[in-house]
Amino acid sequence: MTKQISINEFVLNISDGKPYLVGGKCLDCENYTFPIMPGCPKCAGTRIEKAKLGDQGKLWAWTVQGFPPKSPPYLGENDPEKFKSFGVGYVELPEVIVETRLTENEPAKLSEGMNMELKLEHLYTNGEGEEVMTYAFSPID
Amino acid sequence: MNDVAIVGIGMHPFGRHDGVTGMEQGAVAVREACKDAGLKWNDMEFAVGGSAAAGNPDKMVSMLGLTGLQFTNVANGCATGGTALATAYNAITSGVYDLGIAIGFDKHPRGAFASNEPVHPVDGGLDWYGGSGMAINPQFFSIKINRYMNKFGISHKTLALVAAKATRNGSLNPMAWRKQAFTTEEVLQSKMLAYPLTQYMFCSPGEGGVAMVLCKAKHAKKYTDKPIFLKAAVMRSRRFGSFEVKSSWLPKEENVGPTVDASLAAYEKAGVGPQDVDVAQLQDTESGAEIMHMAENGFCEDGEQEEMLQKGETEINGRLPINTDGGCIANGEPIGASGLRQVYENVLQLRGQAGARQVPNDPKIAYTHVYGAPGISGVTILSS
Ligand SMILES: [Zn+2]
Repeated sequence: MTKQISINEFVLNISDGKPYLVGGKCLDCENYTFPIMPGCPKCAGTRIEKAKLGDQGKLWAWTVQGFPPKSPPYLGENDPEKFKSFGVGYVELPEVIVETRLTENEPAKLSEGMNMELKLEHLYTNGEGEEVMTYAFSPID
Repeated sequence: MNDVAIVGIGMHPFGRHDGVTGMEQGAVAVREACKDAGLKWNDMEFAVGGSAAAGNPDKMVSMLGLTGLQFTNVANGCATGGTALATAYNAITSGVYDLGIAIGFDKHPRGAFASNEPVHPVDGGLDWYGGSGMAINPQFFSIKINRYMNKFGISHKTLALVAAKATRNGSLNPMAWRKQAFTTEEVLQSKMLAYPLTQYMFCSPGEGGVAMVLCKAKHAKKYTDKPIFLKAAVMRSRRFGSFEVKSSWLPKEENVGPTVDASLAAYEKAGVGPQDVDVAQLQDTESGAEIMHMAENGFCEDGEQEEMLQKGETEINGRLPINTDGGCIANGEPIGASGLRQVYENVLQLRGQAGARQVPNDPKIAYTHVYGAPGISGVTILSS
């Protein structure tokens, strides 16, 4: 099987079993950020630790990216002939609201408040033949 | 405190100008502004310049004349022009200078603004953010207006009305980039770039330059018969809980954006309220932004935009004309110049020199608002 690697283990951990997003939690005010930050934007504290974020939540807001993003920085397919539109939005997790790709790209099938869960999405295959994965949330019943 | 007057304005047309650098466009605007005030570049005691992509503004002294003046460069994303003006305003109100110039120019490559950089600094590299297809400005605006429309009952047609108005006003503006007026239907049927926003609802990165000469109000009559007074020029950055472009996360507690803070502070400083404003230029990166900014700047309650737009209240002949020069949608977005373009338009309106797009009944109070990444707003209030 092709080896899958995370686009960045610092934000998306796929090496410890079930994939999860890695956030930061302020030990002073309990505010969560995604990803972890060197200082807390809420209370200005600096005692911050890594936090595993929940993998289910509710769709908070969304759009559909209808044109190929510029590359760089985009690492996925941006050839206008092959590009497929993709959903982008915010999902409210138990800890924090995170920005994410969505697996669904049809406006009629997206609505605020719907239940979503974390999935991996293949972004590109690198020079070593490894599949580089990013995160996307997918509607669940 | 020293009051401030605008006594000269200059502009290089907006649009695409192959073979002309952004800085040259800025220099054209400077010469025009000096001429408008009956002054020369070497009369300027200080300059404040903003440009995001066309070089450090202070380099332009090479083209304009090496007079040794204090020249400060500023940068605040799409709010850069507003920052240049606020900085110049502070230099005069503080009493340090009597006469100076605010300058903004830019020249951007074609295509949507995109980057790797989230609004919050993070460790561990940034490849994942823009790399995964996020951090694209149009996405943010689309996500934000989509949520706003659901919450406050704004229709797709109303989005299109904003863009149709912008292109109609732009068609009356000789300095505008896009002079073709689109109908509401044409706007709705153009390509869906990021749901719910279509191609004709967006502004594009562009080129242009604007400059204005400012002085202590008590000296204004030396330079012009029609001084326009800068009653407030305020900048604010975001607070915790506001929803800004390139936010890879949001806290659950929501807060008002920097526009609300800047707006309230500007009204207080100027001693007027939204009901006193006769003409307004609001950041319209796309048509949804104009709609949200109408409420954030105090011109209506959330949701009232639907009726205001349908009734034409924000047209040039309406109760509160908004973006009379066509806004960013018709003029494009040269980041450094946009905020000053708005003020330039308001000066024309208050002088009664706006030609085919002149707001009727002798407007007296004019308002501008810019918004930029990563959550900066600038507001000015002018009076005749
Ligand atoms: Zn904290």
